[in-house]
Amino acid sequence: MSLDRTAVAKIAKLARLKMEPERLDAMTSELNRILSFVEELQAVNTENVEPMTSVMPMKLRMRDDVVTDGGNAEAVLKNAPQRQGDFYTVPKVVE
Amino acid sequence: MSIDPATLTIASALEGLAKKEFTSVELTEACIEAMQAAKPLNAMITETPDKAREMAKASDARRAKGEAGLLDGIPLAIKDLFCTEGVLTTAASHILDGFHPTYESTATANLWKAGAVMLGKLNLDEFAMGSSNETSYYGPVINPWRGKNGEKLVPGGSSGGSAAAVAAGFALGVTGTDTGGSIRQPAALCGITGIKPTYGRVSRWGIVAFASSLDQAGPMTRTVRDSALMLQAMAGFDPKDSTSVDLPVPDYLANLEGGVKGLRIGIPREYRMDGMDREIEALWEQGKAWLKEAGAEIVDIHLPHTHYALPAYYIVAPAEASSNLARYDGVRYGLRVPGKDLIEMYENTRGEGFGREVQRRIMIGTYVLSAGYYDAYYTKAQKVRTLIKKDFEQAFQRVDAILTPTAPNAAFPLGAKTDDPVTMYLNDVFTVPVNLAGLPGLSVPAGLNGDGLPLGLQLIGKPFDEAMLLRVGRTLEKAANFTARPQAWWRQ
Repeated sequence: MSLDRTAVAKIAKLARLKMEPERLDAMTSELNRILSFVEELQAVNTENVEPMTSVMPMKLRMRDDVVTDGGNAEAVLKNAPQRQGDFYTVPKVVE
Repeated sequence: MSIDPATLTIASALEGLAKKEFTSVELTEACIEAMQAAKPLNAMITETPDKAREMAKASDARRAKGEAGLLDGIPLAIKDLFCTEGVLTTAASHILDGFHPTYESTATANLWKAGAVMLGKLNLDEFAMGSSNETSYYGPVINPWRGKNGEKLVPGGSSGGSAAAVAAGFALGVTGTDTGGSIRQPAALCGITGIKPTYGRVSRWGIVAFASSLDQAGPMTRTVRDSALMLQAMAGFDPKDSTSVDLPVPDYLANLEGGVKGLRIGIPREYRMDGMDREIEALWEQGKAWLKEAGAEIVDIHLPHTHYALPAYYIVAPAEASSNLARYDGVRYGLRVPGKDLIEMYENTRGEGFGREVQRRIMIGTYVLSAGYYDAYYTKAQKVRTLIKKDFEQAFQRVDAILTPTAPNAAFPLGAKTDDPVTMYLNDVFTVPVNLAGLPGLSVPAGLNGDGLPLGLQLIGKPFDEAMLLRVGRTLEKAANFTARPQAWWRQ
Protein backbone atom coordinates (compact mmCIF):
# COMPACT_ATOMS: atom_id res chain seq x y z
CA MET A 1 0.00 0.00 0.00
CA SER A 2 1.28 3.42 -0.84
CA LEU A 3 -0.15 6.80 0.08
CA ASP A 4 -0.57 9.71 -2.32
CA ARG A 5 -0.55 13.37 -1.49
CA THR A 6 -4.35 13.57 -1.22
CA ALA A 7 -4.43 10.69 1.26
CA VAL A 8 -1.69 12.29 3.35
CA ALA A 9 -3.56 15.61 3.37
CA LYS A 10 -6.63 13.74 4.61
CA ILE A 11 -4.66 12.05 7.41
CA ALA A 12 -3.23 15.44 8.41
CA LYS A 13 -6.77 16.78 8.56
CA LEU A 14 -7.87 13.83 10.72
CA ALA A 15 -4.85 14.36 13.00
CA ARG A 16 -5.55 18.11 13.18
CA LEU A 17 -2.09 19.02 11.92
CA LYS A 18 -1.70 22.06 9.72
CA MET A 19 0.67 21.10 6.93
CA GLU A 20 2.08 23.46 4.34
CA PRO A 21 2.04 22.15 0.72
CA GLU A 22 5.83 21.70 0.56
CA ARG A 23 5.82 19.80 3.84
CA LEU A 24 3.06 17.56 2.50
CA ASP A 25 5.35 16.26 -0.27
CA ALA A 26 8.13 15.38 2.13
CA MET A 27 5.66 13.80 4.55
CA THR A 28 4.22 11.65 1.75
CA SER A 29 7.58 10.11 0.93
CA GLU A 30 8.52 9.70 4.62
CA LEU A 31 5.25 7.94 5.42
CA ASN A 32 5.60 5.65 2.43
CA ARG A 33 9.11 4.78 3.53
CA ILE A 34 7.82 3.82 6.98
CA LEU A 35 4.83 1.94 5.59
CA SER A 36 7.01 -0.13 3.28
CA PHE A 37 9.19 -0.95 6.29
CA VAL A 38 6.25 -2.19 8.38
CA GLU A 39 4.84 -4.07 5.37
CA GLU A 40 7.14 -6.97 6.32
CA LEU A 41 4.63 -7.95 8.98
CA GLN A 42 2.33 -9.33 6.31
CA ALA A 43 4.80 -12.22 5.95
CA VAL A 44 4.11 -13.46 9.48
CA ASN A 45 1.57 -16.23 9.86
CA THR A 46 -0.80 -15.00 12.58
CA GLU A 47 -3.61 -17.46 12.03
CA ASN A 48 -5.18 -18.41 15.36
CA VAL A 49 -3.02 -15.88 17.22
CA GLU A 50 -4.79 -13.57 19.63
CA PRO A 51 -3.84 -9.90 19.41
CA MET A 52 -2.14 -8.71 22.58
CA THR A 53 -4.38 -6.64 24.83
CA SER A 54 -2.26 -6.52 27.98
CA VAL A 55 1.46 -7.12 28.09
CA MET A 56 1.35 -8.30 31.72
CA PRO A 57 -1.49 -10.64 32.56
CA MET A 58 -3.59 -8.48 34.87
CA LYS A 59 -7.19 -7.62 35.51
CA LEU A 60 -8.11 -3.99 35.68
CA ARG A 61 -8.71 -3.08 39.29
CA MET A 62 -12.08 -1.81 40.45
CA ARG A 63 -12.58 0.78 43.10
CA ASP A 64 -15.55 2.13 44.97
CA ASP A 65 -17.53 4.57 42.90
CA VAL A 66 -16.97 7.55 45.14
CA VAL A 67 -15.57 11.02 44.62
CA THR A 68 -11.89 11.06 45.60
CA ASP A 69 -10.74 14.32 44.09
CA GLY A 70 -12.03 17.62 42.83
CA GLY A 71 -12.77 21.17 43.83
CA ASN A 72 -9.39 22.31 42.49
CA ALA A 73 -10.50 24.73 39.79
CA GLU A 74 -7.49 26.96 40.35
CA ALA A 75 -5.01 24.09 39.93
CA VAL A 76 -6.86 22.77 36.89
CA LEU A 77 -6.91 26.17 35.20
CA LYS A 78 -3.43 27.23 36.24
CA ASN A 79 -1.86 26.47 32.86
CA ALA A 80 -4.74 27.72 30.70
CA PRO A 81 -3.52 29.73 27.69
CA GLN A 82 -6.71 31.82 28.01
CA ARG A 83 -9.41 31.83 30.66
CA GLN A 84 -12.35 33.79 31.93
CA GLY A 85 -13.22 33.16 35.54
CA ASP A 86 -13.34 29.41 36.03
CA PHE A 87 -13.61 28.67 32.30
CA TYR A 88 -11.21 27.99 29.45
CA THR A 89 -11.94 30.23 26.52
CA VAL A 90 -11.77 29.16 22.86
CA PRO A 91 -12.80 30.71 19.54
CA LYS A 92 -16.57 30.88 19.10
CA VAL A 93 -18.04 27.44 18.32
CA VAL A 94 -21.79 28.17 18.09
CA GLU A 95 -23.14 31.20 16.23
CA MET B 1 36.60 20.35 51.15
CA SER B 2 36.47 20.17 47.39
CA ILE B 3 34.30 17.42 45.94
CA ASP B 4 34.50 16.17 42.37
CA PRO B 5 31.10 14.60 41.73
CA ALA B 6 32.46 12.82 38.65
CA THR B 7 34.49 10.55 40.92
CA LEU B 8 31.52 9.55 43.08
CA THR B 9 28.82 6.94 42.81
CA ILE B 10 25.51 7.10 44.67
CA ALA B 11 26.77 4.35 46.99
CA SER B 12 30.09 6.07 47.72
CA ALA B 13 28.40 9.45 48.21
CA LEU B 14 25.96 7.90 50.69
CA GLU B 15 28.96 6.53 52.55
CA GLY B 16 30.64 9.94 52.53
CA LEU B 17 27.47 11.55 53.85
CA ALA B 18 27.07 8.91 56.55
CA LYS B 19 30.69 9.32 57.66
CA LYS B 20 30.27 13.11 57.65
CA GLU B 21 33.09 13.53 55.12
CA PHE B 22 30.85 16.08 53.44
CA THR B 23 27.29 17.37 53.72
CA SER B 24 24.57 17.18 51.10
CA VAL B 25 24.79 20.97 50.78
CA GLU B 26 28.49 20.67 49.86
CA LEU B 27 27.90 17.75 47.51
CA THR B 28 24.97 19.53 45.87
CA GLU B 29 26.99 22.70 45.43
CA ALA B 30 29.71 20.70 43.66
CA CYS B 31 27.09 19.12 41.36
CA ILE B 32 25.55 22.52 40.57
CA GLU B 33 28.98 23.89 39.66
CA ALA B 34 29.67 20.86 37.43
CA MET B 35 26.20 21.12 35.84
CA GLN B 36 26.71 24.77 35.00
CA ALA B 37 30.16 24.06 33.59
CA ALA B 38 28.63 21.39 31.35
CA LYS B 39 26.29 23.77 29.50
CA PRO B 40 28.02 23.08 26.15
CA LEU B 41 26.50 19.57 26.33
CA ASN B 42 22.96 21.04 26.38
CA ALA B 43 21.89 18.20 28.67
CA MET B 44 19.54 20.34 30.78
CA ILE B 45 16.33 22.09 29.78
CA THR B 46 15.72 23.61 33.22
CA GLU B 47 18.22 23.94 36.05
CA THR B 48 16.80 24.26 39.56
CA PRO B 49 19.85 25.17 41.69
CA ASP B 50 17.85 27.03 44.35
CA LYS B 51 15.47 24.14 44.80
CA ALA B 52 18.47 21.80 44.97
CA ARG B 53 20.12 23.86 47.71
CA GLU B 54 16.89 23.95 49.69
CA MET B 55 16.39 20.19 49.37
CA ALA B 56 20.03 19.53 50.31
CA LYS B 57 19.68 21.66 53.42
CA ALA B 58 16.56 19.77 54.45
CA SER B 59 18.40 16.51 53.82
CA ASP B 60 21.31 17.49 56.06
CA ALA B 61 18.80 18.36 58.78
CA ARG B 62 17.13 14.94 58.43
CA ARG B 63 20.47 13.19 58.56
CA ALA B 64 21.47 15.13 61.68
CA LYS B 65 18.30 13.85 63.33
CA GLY B 66 19.11 10.28 62.30
CA GLU B 67 16.20 10.18 59.85
CA ALA B 68 18.09 9.75 56.57
CA GLY B 69 16.25 7.88 53.81
CA LEU B 70 17.61 5.47 51.22
CA LEU B 71 18.91 8.22 48.89
CA ASP B 72 19.12 11.05 51.36
CA GLY B 73 21.15 13.99 50.11
CA ILE B 74 21.94 12.52 46.67
CA PRO B 75 21.69 15.04 43.80
CA LEU B 76 19.73 13.63 40.86
CA ALA B 77 18.45 15.08 37.61
CA ILE B 78 15.06 14.23 36.12
CA LYS B 79 14.20 13.57 32.50
CA ASP B 80 11.87 16.38 31.44
CA LEU B 81 9.10 13.89 30.76
CA PHE B 82 8.28 13.53 34.46
CA CYS B 83 5.85 16.10 35.81
CA THR B 84 7.45 18.03 38.64
CA GLU B 85 5.25 20.22 40.77
CA GLY B 86 5.76 23.90 40.04
CA VAL B 87 8.78 23.23 37.78
CA LEU B 88 8.53 23.71 34.01
CA THR B 89 7.86 20.36 32.30
CA THR B 90 8.26 20.35 28.52
CA ALA B 91 8.73 16.82 27.10
CA ALA B 92 11.25 18.77 24.95
CA SER B 93 8.28 19.98 22.89
CA HIS B 94 7.27 23.48 21.84
CA ILE B 95 3.65 22.46 22.46
CA LEU B 96 4.19 22.32 26.23
CA ASP B 97 5.51 25.89 26.39
CA GLY B 98 5.22 27.25 29.89
CA PHE B 99 3.60 24.14 31.38
CA HIS B 100 4.07 24.07 35.14
CA PRO B 101 2.41 20.93 36.54
CA THR B 102 0.41 21.31 39.73
CA TYR B 103 1.31 17.75 40.72
CA GLU B 104 4.36 15.49 41.01
CA SER B 105 4.82 12.17 39.19
CA THR B 106 4.74 9.17 41.49
CA ALA B 107 8.21 7.99 40.44
CA THR B 108 9.86 11.32 41.28
CA ALA B 109 7.75 11.75 44.43
CA ASN B 110 9.18 8.38 45.55
CA LEU B 111 12.73 9.66 44.98
CA TRP B 112 12.10 12.82 47.00
CA LYS B 113 10.51 10.69 49.72
CA ALA B 114 13.78 8.74 49.84
CA GLY B 115 15.59 12.05 50.41
CA ALA B 116 17.05 12.74 46.95
CA VAL B 117 17.83 16.27 45.76
CA MET B 118 16.66 17.63 42.38
CA LEU B 119 19.23 19.43 40.20
CA GLY B 120 16.83 20.10 37.34
CA LYS B 121 15.16 18.74 34.24
CA LEU B 122 17.02 16.90 31.50
CA ASN B 123 16.85 17.29 27.75
CA LEU B 124 15.38 14.44 25.66
CA ASP B 125 13.97 13.70 22.23
CA GLU B 126 10.64 15.46 21.78
CA PHE B 127 8.01 13.35 23.57
CA ALA B 128 10.75 10.69 23.90
CA MET B 129 10.51 9.99 20.17
CA GLY B 130 14.00 9.49 18.85
CA SER B 131 17.24 7.59 19.28
CA SER B 132 19.75 10.44 19.13
CA ASN B 133 18.27 13.32 21.13
CA GLU B 134 18.20 15.38 17.93
CA THR B 135 14.41 15.86 17.85
CA SER B 136 14.32 18.07 20.97
CA TYR B 137 12.78 21.52 20.53
CA TYR B 138 15.59 22.68 22.85
CA GLY B 139 18.31 21.47 20.51
CA PRO B 140 20.43 18.32 20.46
CA VAL B 141 22.38 17.02 23.44
CA ILE B 142 26.10 16.49 22.84
CA ASN B 143 27.67 13.25 24.03
CA PRO B 144 30.49 13.85 26.57
CA TRP B 145 32.43 11.25 24.55
CA ARG B 146 33.87 12.68 21.35
CA GLY B 147 35.00 11.05 18.14
CA LYS B 148 38.62 10.21 17.39
CA ASN B 149 39.15 13.58 15.75
CA GLY B 150 37.10 15.53 18.25
CA GLU B 151 33.82 15.33 16.28
CA LYS B 152 30.64 15.93 18.24
CA LEU B 153 28.55 12.82 18.71
CA VAL B 154 24.96 12.14 19.74
CA PRO B 155 24.33 10.66 23.20
CA GLY B 156 21.59 8.35 21.91
CA GLY B 157 17.98 8.81 22.86
CA SER B 158 15.48 9.45 23.89
CA SER B 159 17.02 9.80 27.38
CA GLY B 160 20.06 11.55 25.87
CA GLY B 161 20.30 14.37 28.40
CA SER B 162 20.00 11.78 31.16
CA ALA B 163 22.86 9.65 29.85
CA ALA B 164 25.05 12.69 29.14
CA ALA B 165 24.52 14.07 32.67
CA VAL B 166 25.74 10.85 34.27
CA ALA B 167 28.61 10.38 31.82
CA ALA B 168 29.75 13.98 32.30
CA GLY B 169 29.56 13.38 36.02
CA PHE B 170 27.38 16.23 37.25
CA ALA B 171 24.44 14.10 38.38
CA LEU B 172 25.04 10.99 40.46
CA GLY B 173 21.94 9.41 38.99
CA VAL B 174 19.07 10.34 36.71
CA THR B 175 15.66 9.12 35.67
CA GLY B 176 14.96 7.89 32.18
CA THR B 177 12.00 6.40 30.39
CA ASP B 178 12.13 3.57 27.90
CA THR B 179 9.48 2.86 25.25
CA GLY B 180 11.70 1.07 22.73
CA GLY B 181 15.20 1.42 24.15
CA SER B 182 15.29 4.99 25.41
CA ILE B 183 17.09 4.13 28.66
CA ARG B 184 19.33 1.31 27.43
CA GLN B 185 20.56 2.68 24.08
CA PRO B 186 21.74 6.08 25.42
CA ALA B 187 23.23 4.30 28.45
CA ALA B 188 25.26 2.17 26.04
CA LEU B 189 26.29 5.11 23.86
CA CYS B 190 27.45 7.12 26.90
CA GLY B 191 29.16 4.32 28.83
CA ILE B 192 26.77 4.16 31.79
CA THR B 193 24.31 1.69 33.33
CA GLY B 194 20.54 1.84 32.84
CA ILE B 195 17.65 -0.44 33.61
CA LYS B 196 14.21 -0.57 32.07
CA PRO B 197 12.09 -2.37 34.65
CA THR B 198 9.24 -4.77 33.90
CA TYR B 199 6.10 -3.06 32.59
CA GLY B 200 4.07 -2.16 35.68
CA ARG B 201 7.00 -2.09 38.13
CA VAL B 202 7.39 1.71 38.27
CA SER B 203 4.29 3.89 38.21
CA ARG B 204 3.68 5.80 34.99
CA TRP B 205 1.42 8.31 36.75
CA GLY B 206 2.52 11.85 36.04
CA ILE B 207 4.92 10.88 33.26
CA VAL B 208 4.04 12.44 29.89
CA ALA B 209 2.64 9.50 27.92
CA PHE B 210 4.14 8.37 24.61
CA ALA B 211 3.00 4.76 24.03
CA SER B 212 1.20 3.65 27.15
CA SER B 213 1.52 -0.11 26.70
CA LEU B 214 5.30 0.19 26.23
CA ASP B 215 6.44 3.13 28.40
CA GLN B 216 8.35 2.35 31.57
CA ALA B 217 10.54 4.55 33.76
CA GLY B 218 13.83 3.54 35.30
CA PRO B 219 17.16 4.76 36.67
CA MET B 220 20.41 5.52 34.83
CA THR B 221 23.58 5.57 36.90
CA ARG B 222 27.32 4.91 36.90
CA THR B 223 27.13 1.47 38.48
CA VAL B 224 24.80 -1.49 38.74
CA ARG B 225 24.61 -1.01 42.51
CA ASP B 226 23.47 2.59 42.03
CA SER B 227 20.75 1.46 39.62
CA ALA B 228 19.60 -1.07 42.22
CA LEU B 229 19.47 1.69 44.85
CA MET B 230 17.50 4.08 42.68
CA LEU B 231 15.12 1.41 41.43
CA GLN B 232 14.48 0.43 45.03
CA ALA B 233 13.20 3.93 45.68
CA MET B 234 11.29 4.41 42.39
CA ALA B 235 9.46 1.06 42.18
CA GLY B 236 6.22 0.13 43.84
CA PHE B 237 2.49 -0.20 43.51
CA ASP B 238 0.55 2.97 42.72
CA PRO B 239 -3.24 2.93 42.69
CA LYS B 240 -3.14 6.00 40.41
CA ASP B 241 -1.66 3.94 37.53
CA SER B 242 -4.15 1.27 36.46
CA THR B 243 -1.34 -0.88 35.01
CA SER B 244 0.88 -0.60 38.09
CA VAL B 245 1.42 -4.08 39.50
CA ASP B 246 0.53 -4.80 43.11
CA LEU B 247 3.58 -6.88 43.99
CA PRO B 248 6.01 -6.26 46.84
CA VAL B 249 9.33 -4.67 45.81
CA PRO B 250 12.15 -7.09 46.67
CA ASP B 251 15.42 -5.95 48.21
CA TYR B 252 17.49 -5.36 45.05
CA LEU B 253 20.74 -5.13 46.99
CA ALA B 254 20.32 -8.35 48.98
CA ASN B 255 21.74 -10.71 46.38
CA LEU B 256 23.57 -8.23 44.17
CA GLU B 257 26.91 -9.94 44.76
CA GLY B 258 25.39 -13.41 44.37
CA GLY B 259 27.31 -14.14 41.17
CA VAL B 260 26.17 -16.30 38.26
CA LYS B 261 27.40 -19.74 39.27
CA GLY B 262 24.95 -22.31 37.97
CA LEU B 263 22.80 -19.77 36.15
CA ARG B 264 21.82 -20.36 32.54
CA ILE B 265 22.35 -17.45 30.17
CA GLY B 266 20.63 -17.53 26.78
CA ILE B 267 22.20 -16.29 23.55
CA PRO B 268 19.53 -15.64 20.90
CA ARG B 269 20.94 -16.56 17.50
CA GLU B 270 18.48 -14.22 15.74
CA TYR B 271 20.30 -11.25 17.27
CA ARG B 272 23.33 -12.07 15.14
CA MET B 273 22.32 -9.84 12.27
CA ASP B 274 23.70 -9.73 8.74
CA GLY B 275 26.33 -7.06 8.45
CA MET B 276 26.66 -6.76 12.20
CA ASP B 277 29.43 -4.46 13.45
CA ARG B 278 32.44 -6.69 14.12
CA GLU B 279 33.39 -4.87 17.31
CA ILE B 280 29.86 -5.26 18.68
CA GLU B 281 29.94 -8.94 17.83
CA ALA B 282 33.35 -9.35 19.50
CA LEU B 283 32.11 -7.63 22.65
CA TRP B 284 29.11 -9.94 22.76
CA GLU B 285 31.47 -12.94 22.54
CA GLN B 286 33.54 -11.39 25.31
CA GLY B 287 30.40 -11.01 27.46
CA LYS B 288 29.62 -14.69 26.97
CA ALA B 289 33.15 -15.60 27.97
CA TRP B 290 33.02 -13.42 31.09
CA LEU B 291 29.80 -15.02 32.31
CA LYS B 292 31.04 -18.51 31.48
CA GLU B 293 34.23 -17.86 33.40
CA ALA B 294 32.15 -16.71 36.36
CA GLY B 295 30.37 -20.05 36.38
CA ALA B 296 27.30 -19.53 34.19
CA GLU B 297 26.19 -21.97 31.54
CA ILE B 298 25.77 -20.46 28.09
CA VAL B 299 22.73 -21.76 26.20
CA ASP B 300 21.79 -21.15 22.56
CA ILE B 301 18.19 -20.02 22.27
CA HIS B 302 15.74 -19.08 19.54
CA LEU B 303 13.64 -15.94 19.39
CA PRO B 304 12.26 -16.60 15.90
CA HIS B 305 10.09 -13.46 15.56
CA THR B 306 12.87 -10.99 16.43
CA HIS B 307 13.00 -9.70 12.86
CA TYR B 308 9.39 -8.51 13.10
CA ALA B 309 9.74 -6.62 16.36
CA LEU B 310 10.74 -3.26 14.84
CA PRO B 311 7.95 -3.20 12.22
CA ALA B 312 5.41 -4.20 14.89
CA TYR B 313 6.76 -1.50 17.19
CA TYR B 314 6.49 1.15 14.47
CA ILE B 315 2.78 0.40 14.22
CA VAL B 316 1.92 -0.01 17.90
CA ALA B 317 3.97 2.89 19.28
CA PRO B 318 2.76 5.53 16.77
CA ALA B 319 -0.83 4.28 17.13
CA GLU B 320 -0.72 4.81 20.88
CA ALA B 321 1.17 8.07 20.45
CA SER B 322 -1.39 9.52 18.05
CA SER B 323 -4.07 8.74 20.59
CA ASN B 324 -2.10 10.03 23.61
CA LEU B 325 -1.04 13.23 21.85
CA ALA B 326 -4.60 14.08 20.86
CA ARG B 327 -4.83 15.92 24.19
CA TYR B 328 -2.50 18.71 23.00
CA ASP B 329 -5.05 21.04 21.48
CA GLY B 330 -4.07 24.47 22.75
CA VAL B 331 -7.09 24.70 25.03
CA ARG B 332 -6.02 23.71 28.52
CA TYR B 333 -2.25 24.12 28.77
CA GLY B 334 0.85 24.78 26.73
CA LEU B 335 1.08 26.51 23.38
CA ARG B 336 -1.92 28.07 21.68
CA VAL B 337 -1.68 29.37 18.13
CA PRO B 338 -4.86 31.31 17.24
CA GLY B 339 -7.10 30.43 14.31
CA LYS B 340 -10.32 31.75 12.86
CA ASP B 341 -12.32 28.94 14.45
CA LEU B 342 -11.76 26.11 16.91
CA ILE B 343 -10.61 23.56 14.33
CA GLU B 344 -8.14 25.96 12.79
CA MET B 345 -6.81 26.78 16.25
CA TYR B 346 -6.22 23.06 16.88
CA GLU B 347 -4.49 22.65 13.51
CA ASN B 348 -2.33 25.72 13.89
CA THR B 349 -1.36 24.83 17.44
CA ARG B 350 -0.46 21.23 16.62
CA GLY B 351 1.17 22.12 13.29
CA GLU B 352 3.47 24.59 14.99
CA GLY B 353 3.81 22.88 18.37
CA PHE B 354 4.93 19.42 17.26
CA GLY B 355 8.27 18.78 15.57
CA ARG B 356 8.78 16.67 12.47
CA GLU B 357 9.37 13.26 14.03
CA VAL B 358 6.39 13.67 16.35
CA GLN B 359 4.19 14.70 13.41
CA ARG B 360 5.37 11.68 11.41
CA ARG B 361 4.42 9.36 14.24
CA ILE B 362 1.04 11.02 14.78
CA MET B 363 0.37 10.65 11.04
CA ILE B 364 1.37 6.97 10.93
CA GLY B 365 -0.64 6.29 14.07
CA THR B 366 -3.71 8.09 12.74
CA TYR B 367 -3.46 6.12 9.51
CA VAL B 368 -3.02 2.65 11.02
CA LEU B 369 -5.94 3.24 13.38
CA SER B 370 -8.26 4.62 10.70
CA ALA B 371 -11.30 2.73 9.43
CA GLY B 372 -10.39 0.08 6.87
CA TYR B 373 -6.73 -0.19 7.91
CA TYR B 374 -7.04 -1.01 11.60
CA ASP B 375 -6.99 -4.81 11.19
CA ALA B 376 -4.34 -4.88 8.49
CA TYR B 377 -1.93 -2.84 10.60
CA TYR B 378 -2.82 -2.47 14.25
CA THR B 379 -4.45 -5.85 14.93
CA LYS B 380 -1.76 -7.57 12.87
CA ALA B 381 0.99 -5.86 14.88
CA GLN B 382 -0.65 -6.81 18.18
CA LYS B 383 -0.79 -10.43 17.00
CA VAL B 384 2.89 -10.34 16.14
CA ARG B 385 3.48 -8.88 19.58
CA THR B 386 1.80 -11.95 21.10
CA LEU B 387 4.21 -14.14 19.11
CA ILE B 388 7.24 -12.15 20.25
CA LYS B 389 6.17 -12.47 23.87
CA LYS B 390 5.69 -16.24 23.40
CA ASP B 391 9.21 -16.52 21.99
CA PHE B 392 10.57 -15.04 25.22
CA GLU B 393 8.31 -17.20 27.42
CA GLN B 394 9.63 -20.31 25.73
CA ALA B 395 13.22 -19.18 26.03
CA PHE B 396 12.80 -18.40 29.72
CA GLN B 397 11.78 -21.99 30.39
CA ARG B 398 15.40 -22.85 29.69
CA VAL B 399 17.39 -19.81 30.84
CA ASP B 400 17.58 -17.32 33.72
CA ALA B 401 18.58 -14.30 31.63
CA ILE B 402 19.42 -13.43 28.03
CA LEU B 403 22.59 -11.65 26.88
CA THR B 404 22.68 -9.46 23.75
CA PRO B 405 24.38 -6.28 22.58
CA THR B 406 22.45 -3.15 23.61
CA ALA B 407 22.78 -1.22 20.35
CA PRO B 408 24.03 -2.08 16.86
CA ASN B 409 26.59 0.75 16.90
CA ALA B 410 28.51 3.17 19.10
CA ALA B 411 27.66 6.88 19.33
CA PHE B 412 27.48 8.50 15.88
CA PRO B 413 27.98 12.07 14.63
CA LEU B 414 25.14 14.57 14.79
CA GLY B 415 23.04 14.49 11.65
CA ALA B 416 24.40 11.10 10.52
CA LYS B 417 21.03 9.34 10.67
CA THR B 418 18.46 12.10 10.36
CA ASP B 419 17.79 11.89 6.61
CA ASP B 420 15.81 8.69 6.70
CA PRO B 421 13.53 7.91 9.65
CA VAL B 422 13.92 4.15 9.24
CA THR B 423 17.73 4.31 9.51
CA MET B 424 17.30 5.94 12.90
CA TYR B 425 14.69 3.37 13.96
CA LEU B 426 17.20 0.53 13.36
CA ASN B 427 19.23 1.75 16.36
CA ASP B 428 16.64 0.10 18.61
CA VAL B 429 16.70 -3.29 16.94
CA PHE B 430 18.00 -5.11 20.06
CA THR B 431 15.95 -3.18 22.63
CA VAL B 432 12.47 -2.92 21.08
CA PRO B 433 11.52 -6.62 21.47
CA VAL B 434 11.95 -6.26 25.25
CA ASN B 435 9.35 -3.46 25.43
CA LEU B 436 6.94 -5.36 23.19
CA ALA B 437 7.11 -8.26 25.66
CA GLY B 438 7.02 -5.99 28.75
CA LEU B 439 10.23 -7.51 30.13
CA PRO B 440 13.00 -5.90 32.17
CA GLY B 441 16.24 -5.02 30.37
CA LEU B 442 19.56 -3.76 31.70
CA SER B 443 22.45 -2.17 29.81
CA VAL B 444 25.93 -2.37 31.30
CA PRO B 445 28.97 -0.58 29.82
CA ALA B 446 31.33 -3.33 28.72
CA GLY B 447 34.14 -1.89 26.65
CA LEU B 448 35.45 0.67 24.17
CA ASN B 449 35.56 0.30 20.41
CA GLY B 450 38.56 1.10 18.21
CA ASP B 451 37.62 4.79 18.25
CA GLY B 452 37.60 4.82 22.04
CA LEU B 453 33.80 4.98 22.29
CA PRO B 454 31.79 3.00 24.85
CA LEU B 455 29.73 -0.05 23.96
CA GLY B 456 27.11 -1.75 26.12
CA LEU B 457 25.79 -5.25 26.68
CA GLN B 458 22.12 -5.88 27.36
CA LEU B 459 20.64 -8.41 29.76
CA ILE B 460 16.98 -9.36 29.41
CA GLY B 461 15.12 -10.94 32.31
CA LYS B 462 11.89 -12.65 33.25
CA PRO B 463 8.98 -10.47 34.33
CA PHE B 464 9.66 -8.84 37.72
CA ASP B 465 13.05 -10.53 37.97
CA GLU B 466 15.02 -7.26 38.13
CA ALA B 467 16.98 -8.68 41.06
CA MET B 468 18.36 -11.44 38.81
CA LEU B 469 19.20 -8.93 36.06
CA LEU B 470 21.07 -6.69 38.47
CA ARG B 471 22.94 -9.66 39.88
CA VAL B 472 24.07 -10.89 36.45
CA GLY B 473 24.75 -7.28 35.48
CA ARG B 474 26.97 -6.86 38.51
CA THR B 475 29.00 -9.90 37.42
CA LEU B 476 29.41 -8.43 33.93
CA GLU B 477 30.37 -5.09 35.43
CA LYS B 478 33.07 -6.66 37.57
CA ALA B 479 34.48 -8.64 34.65
CA ALA B 480 34.38 -5.68 32.23
CA ASN B 481 35.87 -3.31 34.79
CA PHE B 482 34.81 -0.37 32.68
CA THR B 483 36.63 2.59 34.21
CA ALA B 484 37.13 4.77 31.12
CA ARG B 485 35.80 8.33 31.39
CA PRO B 486 35.31 11.03 28.80
CA GLN B 487 37.71 13.95 29.00
CA ALA B 488 36.01 17.06 30.35
CA TRP B 489 36.49 19.07 27.09
CA TRP B 490 33.33 21.05 27.83
CA ARG B 491 35.03 22.80 30.76
CA GLN B 492 36.57 25.91 29.26
